[in-house]
Amino acid sequence: MALDKWIAIFFLVICCVYGYAAYTYPLLPFERNMVFLPNTMPMVLSGLGVLFALLILLAPSPKADAEGDALGDINLKRWREYKVGQAFGLIALMIVYALTLRPVGFITATTLFLVGAGWTLGERKLVTMIGVALIGALCIWYLVQEALGIFLRPLPWFLS
Amino acid sequence: MLEGVLLGLETALSFKNLLLVVAGCLIGTLIGMLPGLGPMSIIAIMIPVAITLGDPSAALILLAGVYYGAIFGGSTSSILINAPGVAGTVATSFDGYPMARQGKAGKALTIAAVSSFAGGTVGAILLMGFAPILSSVALLFHSAEYFAMMIVGLSAIAAFAGTGKVTKALMMTVIGLILATVGESALFNAPRFTMGLTDLQSGFSFITLAMALFALPEALYLVLDPRRAESDGKNEAIKDLRITRAEARAIAPVIARQSVQGFLIGVMPGAGATLASFLGYAVERNIAKGEEQEEFGKGSIKGLAAPETANNAACTGSFVPLLTLGIPGSGTTAILLGALIALNVNPGPRLMIDNPSVFWSVIISMYIGNAVLLILNLPLIPYIAKLLTVPRNYLIPFILFFTMVGAYIGQNNATELLLLVGLGVCATILRFADYPLPPLLIGFILGGMMENNFARSVNLTDGIAFMYERPMTLCLLIFGLLLIFVPAYRRRRARALQQGVALGD
Repeated sequence: MALDKWIAIFFLVICCVYGYAAYTYPLLPFERNMVFLPNTMPMVLSGLGVLFALLILLAPSPKADAEGDALGDINLKRWREYKVGQAFGLIALMIVYALTLRPVGFITATTLFLVGAGWTLGERKLVTMIGVALIGALCIWYLVQEALGIFLRPLPWFLS
Repeated sequence: MLEGVLLGLETALSFKNLLLVVAGCLIGTLIGMLPGLGPMSIIAIMIPVAITLGDPSAALILLAGVYYGAIFGGSTSSILINAPGVAGTVATSFDGYPMARQGKAGKALTIAAVSSFAGGTVGAILLMGFAPILSSVALLFHSAEYFAMMIVGLSAIAAFAGTGKVTKALMMTVIGLILATVGESALFNAPRFTMGLTDLQSGFSFITLAMALFALPEALYLVLDPRRAESDGKNEAIKDLRITRAEARAIAPVIARQSVQGFLIGVMPGAGATLASFLGYAVERNIAKGEEQEEFGKGSIKGLAAPETANNAACTGSFVPLLTLGIPGSGTTAILLGALIALNVNPGPRLMIDNPSVFWSVIISMYIGNAVLLILNLPLIPYIAKLLTVPRNYLIPFILFFTMVGAYIGQNNATELLLLVGLGVCATILRFADYPLPPLLIGFILGGMMENNFARSVNLTDGIAFMYERPMTLCLLIFGLLLIFVPAYRRRRARALQQGVALGD
């Protein structure tokens, strides 16, 4: 089965769960007499969602057409040619960045992220990469801090 | 109207706003030129900056400048390295790239800039005429009509999603609407569907969603398939930017036709710059005679001028529904709408009355933006084009970093980053499976408004009687349904014809 059908099944499940949550939504006592309830629209939406998901599921699969998207879009059939490892590496790095941003500080975390991402993509000139990353992180930190006035802790917790 | 124009001039010509137009156009061109980053990603990245400006006209002026710049930058990369960063400039590469290969890159860039300028300017003039008329009609709208209008907008976006994608686009719209119901809303007393997570109490952040849907998948695609960003020729020096008088005469009628046609296509919700540029190219090829028609695809100046004029005119046109009805017609205008709402401006027919300076200064700054692109960017292009040689190993980490910073400083919350990564991975998978993403964002942005208007009409008529009691609502709703069903019906008929099934009369 094609990927889009699997996604349709996923949406179907989501819409059913959502519909159930909407149906059992705890209404406040005075809300019960209102015409329009907080769960009116969610219930309509879940119904529509189930309908469309079923339509996608039951529609005949289009014949694989050779010409892709105008942008030369990506095609799952060629996934072996893609750098899946690099993509997963970067996603993992982003998660690490999200988790370390607060404790380690903006500049440290950003520099580490940029160098790590460059390394994952195959950059081996570490000195240049660290320099570029540090300058980039400092510039953005300064802009956000001074121009936009949003506080970002620059350094690890034990230094600032 | 003159009063409004003058007010707009006053706001737009202030030093700060002029600076913002110039900055927006430059940033847009710079980033738009990078393959794989379209206007939607760029505007999404720029939104935190725009919102912190605090002044809605300034923010919209900056973002509109970025929008134009991105489209122009996209044409530059399609002409120079045949790597359109934006779907709207794919048609530009049909004739622009062959011209560049023949050593006429400079000429091609000039034609692109002049046609964009003309298309954008004519579009802005038409917008000045159209928008007030449409807003005066829209002032008669009640919440019932608004609700119906949003249905029309959403179905139009789904209907133009492309063959075989209509159901998927509808599905994405519904998902967007569902995402919009998460969190607290204006109408009710308790947060909904937060699954007990306090981070979802105020709902999904629109910036995070925009980044996750557009910027992140593009960056991941660049990682997965490095060839998307590769140039297949070396960068030759760009020289001789002049066009001859004969060439100017040849493309003048093309520009005139395409700026009007492009604008009208842009006004329709869901059609947008991509459709306008392809249609403009096709129309001009069919109009051209004999030899000239042969030239198309091999470096015809008409074939370059047509899509360039049309896509810029369409960009301007897409502001009409945004400014007058408050309904975005494309992913990009949806992002702009989100930014406006964040700045406490409610686009719609009242915008012209309540915030005339926002309304008119945006229109005026469109002229200025177009002029900036022509005067400032064109001479700078040979230098800006150097950016195309930034190695991938440096480019991608920075793109990822910018998307994350954008999401982070909007909320100052690290959970937002995890949400961004999660949604971004989902969006990438969805694009693999050919699900269109703009309907999701538009559904998300319109969701809250749609529910409010729906609730108001239901409360007023004590039920859904408003749907058939108000003629205008009924007509709009029927129109919305037709938009979805007519293409499906015609496709089915075409398929039946193909299979040799006789049509019962």
